[in-house]
Amino acid sequence: MSHHESPSRVLDWSVQPPYLYSPYVATVRRAPHHPLVPLPASLLERTGPVYGEGDIGPLDHDLTKNAAKNGEPLGERIIVTGRVLDESGRGVPGVLVEIWQANAAGRYIHKNDQHDAPLDPNFVGAGRTLTDDQGYYRFITIKPGAYPWRNHHNAWRPAHIHFSLIGRNFSERLVTQMYFPGDPLLKYDPIYQGIPNIKARERLISSFDLETTRPEWALGYRFDIVLAGYDRTYFEEDH
Amino acid sequence: MRPQSPSQTVGPFFAFALVREGGNVLVNEKTQGEHILLRGQVLDGDAQPVDDALVEIWQADAQGRFRHPADPNYALADPHFRGFGRSGTASGGFWFRTIKPGPVPPSPVPCIAVRVFARGMLIHAVSRIYFSDHDNLQDPLFASLDPERRGTLVAERQLTPAGVVYHWDIRLQGPRETVFFDL
Repeated sequence: MSHHESPSRVLDWSVQPPYLYSPYVATVRRAPHHPLVPLPASLLERTGPVYGEGDIGPLDHDLTKNAAKNGEPLGERIIVTGRVLDESGRGVPGVLVEIWQANAAGRYIHKNDQHDAPLDPNFVGAGRTLTDDQGYYRFITIKPGAYPWRNHHNAWRPAHIHFSLIGRNFSERLVTQMYFPGDPLLKYDPIYQGIPNIKARERLISSFDLETTRPEWALGYRFDIVLAGYDRTYFEEDH
Repeated sequence: MRPQSPSQTVGPFFAFALVREGGNVLVNEKTQGEHILLRGQVLDGDAQPVDDALVEIWQADAQGRFRHPADPNYALADPHFRGFGRSGTASGGFWFRTIKPGPVPPSPVPCIAVRVFARGMLIHAVSRIYFSDHDNLQDPLFASLDPERRGTLVAERQLTPAGVVYHWDIRLQGPRETVFFDL
């Protein structure tokens, strides 16, 4: 087998949650049961969509403005920033980072969200940006509220912001959630608890950051993300 | 080495952010190649359609080229084809307007890379779509798969008055569970 065709594993299953985690009830009928098949790296997985500034609008990163109709959204304004790194610690440029979230009252704009909490006419809760040359991204938004779900009796999701990252090729893809420090709901949340390793879980908790915080304006949270994927040496050896 | 960040479910409420108008239409009238409709359902262990899944595809252009610098033929790739699509399943299934890709050497047959996300999946699943009108056993990966299971990767070609349709379902579990890869 050539270098290209040797199986190249990306995900670390000591860190990643399993498909089947029965406390999260919806996994029971949706979890694949067969073992995953190793995938030799081909050009199909070493390429992927390339995004540029033309894909991003000027307000896409500012959720307090990108859906404003007649004022500011309600809630606690926050800045969420961080760096996307590869597993060797290098910043990953050009990553499409998309986020979505509930409003300050814990309500999503999605039509299927039936939670009895108010919508905010000035907030949709969706944003997108690209990481810069060093892998940094930055959003301005509102701190989301906790919301109830029906997984089990009295189930509440901890406040979270959903993140979707599309990196440099098909192998660099992550959908995850960012949590807030000190949230008492984390220990009851089967989605968070589904991550097998306590240290890995804690990497999804942002940290309050005074340096990011802007006086008289907004609290800052820092959230760094390590994006698994075919590593860079793999590309360099390719040519 | 830095430890990788763990995945979490996409949840039920992603569509307003991730499923954009036209995100499942990969072609315009100038895109080269055979234009096709690729459609199917995501099915759970009870064979019920999953209406809150997100399906992403990535593929080469009609000549087997990618608009990505890892492809040595990058500069020759079809400028009217990016190759990435996203579809939700809220209407009962997913669909993409795309083209049949060219084969990507060394494989002599075409295929499409797929990722599926859903509420109830703490982490995505990766699969591939092959095409029923090709000799897929010529593809070393396809040929290496369990003969009882590899048929789950084959999209069935149908000729309809509206054009060429390929039908391919994703079965998350059950007797005909789709082959998923470790990526």
